[in-house]
Amino acid sequence: MSDTVNHSIQVRELTRKFGDFTAVDHITFDVKQGEIFGFLGANGAGKTTAIRMLCGLLSPTSGQAEVCGYDLFDQTEEIKRNIGYMSQRFSLYEDLTVEENILFYGGIYGMKRRELRSQTDILLDRLGLGPIKRVLISELPLGWKQKLAFSTALIHDPAIVFLDEPTGGVDPLTRRQFWEMIYETAHHGTTVFVTTHYMDEAEYCDRVSIMVDGRIAALDTPRKLKEQFSANSMDEVFVKLARP
Amino acid sequence: MKRWFGFVRKEFYHILRDRRTMFILIGMPLVQILLFGFAVTNEIREARIGILDLSRDEHTQEIRNKLMASGYFRQVADWQRPEQVEAGFKSGDVKVVLIFEEDFGQNLKREGLAHVQIITDATDPNTGQTLLSYVSTIIIDYQRELNQPYQLPLRIEVETQMRYNPELKGVFLFVPGLITIILMLVSALMTSVSIAREKEMGTMEVLLASPMRPIQIILGKVAPYVLLGLLIALGVLLIGYFVFDVPVKGNLLLLAAEGLLFVITVLSLGVLISIVSPNQQVALMVSMMVLMMPTILLSGFMFPIENMPPFLQYISLIIPARWFIVIIKNIMLKGSGIEQIWQETLILFGFTVFYIVLAIRRFKVRLA
Repeated sequence: MSDTVNHSIQVRELTRKFGDFTAVDHITFDVKQGEIFGFLGANGAGKTTAIRMLCGLLSPTSGQAEVCGYDLFDQTEEIKRNIGYMSQRFSLYEDLTVEENILFYGGIYGMKRRELRSQTDILLDRLGLGPIKRVLISELPLGWKQKLAFSTALIHDPAIVFLDEPTGGVDPLTRRQFWEMIYETAHHGTTVFVTTHYMDEAEYCDRVSIMVDGRIAALDTPRKLKEQFSANSMDEVFVKLARP
Repeated sequence: MKRWFGFVRKEFYHILRDRRTMFILIGMPLVQILLFGFAVTNEIREARIGILDLSRDEHTQEIRNKLMASGYFRQVADWQRPEQVEAGFKSGDVKVVLIFEEDFGQNLKREGLAHVQIITDATDPNTGQTLLSYVSTIIIDYQRELNQPYQLPLRIEVETQMRYNPELKGVFLFVPGLITIILMLVSALMTSVSIAREKEMGTMEVLLASPMRPIQIILGKVAPYVLLGLLIALGVLLIGYFVFDVPVKGNLLLLAAEGLLFVITVLSLGVLISIVSPNQQVALMVSMMVLMMPTILLSGFMFPIENMPPFLQYISLIIPARWFIVIIKNIMLKGSGIEQIWQETLILFGFTVFYIVLAIRRFKVRLA
C-alpha cells in the first residue's frame, strides 16, 4: 500500500469471522488525515467488530489494513501507541478525581510526568474544569464527563481518535458542544473516526460509510449520499439502505 | 515499568476509597480471630462432672483429687445410687460421669484389675470425645504412678496423648485456617471482582486499546491485592502469636514462600474467574460458590476431612486451600521443613500452572 502520508487508515478486503458467522465481510475504505469519518450502521451490522479490529483489540481473519502507517497484523503495538480510544460505555473512573483520571490515562501511554502535568493543566483550562480538578468524576454531570472522556482520549496527542458512540444519552446542547470539540480536534490535524446512532450527527461528518450486514453499503459525503439516494436527510438514506 | 506503577497506584486509589470494603477486609479477620480466640473454643474448662463412687476408698479418692486438681472439671454431683446418674444427664447438669465399681480399691490390690466407667454426653461429639480422653488420661496417669514402685518387668501401657496442641486450643487450628481464608478472600475474590468491574464499566476496552500489554494490566490489577492479602495475613499471624500464644515453630521464610505460592495459586484462579464472568455480579457469585464455600466447608478448616463421606473427601482433593492448610499447620505447629511438605507444595504448584494456562487460553480466545 502506498501514500500513507495522506491516509491515516487504509483498509482492503478486511474480514472477520466468528465461526460460520461473518461479522465483517471484505470491507475496503480509506480515511484521510484530519478527516471526520462517520461510521454508521444498525446494531449488529458489524461496526463494533470493525472498530475493535482497527484499534488492535481483535485480530482480523483476512484482508489487509494499515492504521497510522502501521500494519494491523503485526504492528498493533505501534498502532495502539498512536491512537486514542473512547468507548461507548463510560471510560473514566468514577472513584478517581478529574485530575487523577487524566494523569492515569496519560501515564499508561507512557507520557513523562512533567509533560503530563502541563498538558493536564492546559486541558483542564480549555474545558473550564480547572477549579474542580480535585472533584470525583461521580459528582460531575454526564455532559462534563463525556467531554472530559474525549479530552482524555486525546491527552497523548494521537494521530487518530476512535469514538464509539460518544454521545449516547447526552442532551442536544451538550451533543452540539461535543461536536464543536470534534471539529476543533480535526482542525488540528487529528483524524476522527466516529460511530453514531444519531443521523443528524452524520450530517456533521466529512464522509460517511454505512454498514449493512457486515458490508459497506455506501460511502461518500453526506451531500452526495443524499443526492444518490434522492433523500432529504441522512435519516432517509439510512432507512433506505438498512431496511430495503 | 513507570507506566505500570502508575497503574498500580490507580488500583490503590480504588481500594482505599472504597471504605466499606476496606472496613470489611480488615475488620472481618480481626473480629473472627478475637471471637475464635476468646469465645468459641474446643478447650475444656470447668466441665461439669458427676461422680458415682460406689467404693469410696483411698484409690478412688486419689483419682478424684487428681481430676479436680487438673482444672478441667468442676464436680457438681456426688451420687450415692446408680439411678441418680440418668437423671443428672437428662437434666443437662453434667457433661461427663465417672463411676467407680464397688470395692474398687480392693479389686485393684487383690486382682490387679479394677473397673471404672466413663460416660460422656455426646450430643456435642467433639466435646464428648475431648472429655473422654481427658478423664482417661488422668486415670492412666494414676495407674502408672501406682505401678512404679512394683517394677514390673514387662508391662504394656495404653497411652493417650494430644500432640502439638496438648490443651486442644481451638485458636491453634483457627489461626492457620483464618490466614488461608483471608488470602483466598482478598487475593482471589477481590481481584476477580475488580477485574470484572473494569470489564463491566467498559474501562477494560480502553486499557486494552492502550499500549499496556494485557499481562501488565492483569499484574497491575493483581499486585495491590497480593500485598494487601499478605499484610492482613501477617496481622492475623502476629495477633495469634502475641495474644493467643499460637506457636510459629517452623522457618518464617519457608512460611512466607509457601504463603506467596498459595496467593499466586488463588490469584490465577481469581483471574480465570474474572475472564469467564461478564460482570461483577457473576464474578462475585462464582467466587463465592467456587472459592469461599468449598474452602470454608471442605478444606478441613471447619470439619475434619477424615470425618467426611468419601464423596466429599474426593472433592476436597481439588481444593487448593486443603493443601495449604496442611502446609501452614505443619510449619507453624510442628515446625516442619520442606522435606515434610514438598508433596503438598508440588500439588499447589500444579494447580497454579493449570489455572494460568487455562486463563491465558481463555483470554486469547476472547481476543483472537
